[in-house]
Amino acid sequence: MQSFAYAAPETVQQALDVLAEHQGAGRRVQVMAGGTDLMVQMRLIDGSPRTIVDIKKLAETNRLDIGAKEIYIGAAIPGAVLTASKPLVACLPGLVEAVDLIGSSQIQGRASLGGNLCNASPAGDTISALVASAGVCVIASKGGQREMPVESFVVGVGKNALKPGEFLLGIKFQRPAKGTADAYLRFIPRTEMDIAVAGAGVSVTLDANGTCTAARVAIAAVAPTVIAVPAAADALIGSKLDAAALDKAGKACSAAASPISDKRGTADYRRTVVGVLCRRATAIAAGRAKETR
Amino acid sequence: MSKTRVETKINGEQMEFLCEPQQSMLDVLRDTLRLTGTKEGCATGDCGACSVLLDSRLICSCLMLAVESNGRQITTIEGISRGETLHPIQQKFLQHAALQCGICTPGFVVAAKALLDENPNPTEEEIRYHLAGNLCRCTGYDKIIRAVQDAAQTMRGEAS
Repeated sequence: MQSFAYAAPETVQQALDVLAEHQGAGRRVQVMAGGTDLMVQMRLIDGSPRTIVDIKKLAETNRLDIGAKEIYIGAAIPGAVLTASKPLVACLPGLVEAVDLIGSSQIQGRASLGGNLCNASPAGDTISALVASAGVCVIASKGGQREMPVESFVVGVGKNALKPGEFLLGIKFQRPAKGTADAYLRFIPRTEMDIAVAGAGVSVTLDANGTCTAARVAIAAVAPTVIAVPAAADALIGSKLDAAALDKAGKACSAAASPISDKRGTADYRRTVVGVLCRRATAIAAGRAKETR
Repeated sequence: MSKTRVETKINGEQMEFLCEPQQSMLDVLRDTLRLTGTKEGCATGDCGACSVLLDSRLICSCLMLAVESNGRQITTIEGISRGETLHPIQQKFLQHAALQCGICTPGFVVAAKALLDENPNPTEEEIRYHLAGNLCRCTGYDKIIRAVQDAAQTMRGEAS
């Protein structure tokens, strides 16, 4: 019978080798970044033995790079490091506010952006912000690296598109051009530390006249996965983000939602709230975009 | 099951222990090293009773594997005072009666230290946000907030 084991590889190749070795032998293996979801799941849901592969010692999962053209965020960087990075806040304020909403100071000390994405919760705070800013997953794979847009990465409740033997190295973005900014809003019944009833991530680009030339909208906690809402983006593009355009985008989000009713809210309520969040997040993103022009 | 040997520095002292790969830092602190000042509340990262500093960053020790502490530095509640002299945060918790049953107190003191080390002059709102991951069912939090504000003032060298 398999017993618990722990591996902390120092290179991507070593990590891939450990994963491949276990896969070949039919032994259970699980990748860990901050561990704030994994440790809880191991305690409450499934405590069966496995090898835990800690990817926090890899350079590629710890690198935070704000380049002139591209931004790269290593998958294992804890939230506390991301929220303290002024250049990152300046480039992707909406993504950082989504990161900042995850858990307490203690959780921020460990929980990572990559882990929040791989955990693939329908309510994952960072996921709609990642989709809104067109994040691309950089995946370590046997043959080298492969890339995949965040919106295709989450395939179901708690399910991601990683194949056995693969793991997430980081997420990259094109550095937002002048006039581009993002925002993320969620609704929870209290002010801190809860799971989203609904969430919306928005990124907009405004030209010198204040006309929206590009937009991306993604909504959370109102479908089995976070979903992009192209119809909401289309409602914004070409407008001056006036009340009519925001209203149309909000309605598109409500229409795209297919929420469940649970203790956090009914399906109807979520459908309404996600439209409101889309409107408000768009207004915040627009305000930020004007400042960057 | 084979145990793993871990070398770490706890409260400034080099330590060595054996643990199983899936054991949490909290379990090793309490059951192996007998550092029972760190408390277990929920064991799922919600209550903050098990707060420790890992290389000066605040974390829940229940959400960390003990093996991960190899080569790292950990500060627990036992490492906050200087010998018999209480840390100002500890003194102010006593002075303001910022505790009743006391089980959350070690976590609050460690979390408050992490805050004041980073930000010597936090606003009340900053203190409340920072300590939102520490639950207390006795005090209603008000006395805790006042103790931390007063400790901050003392640590800044201002008379209270």
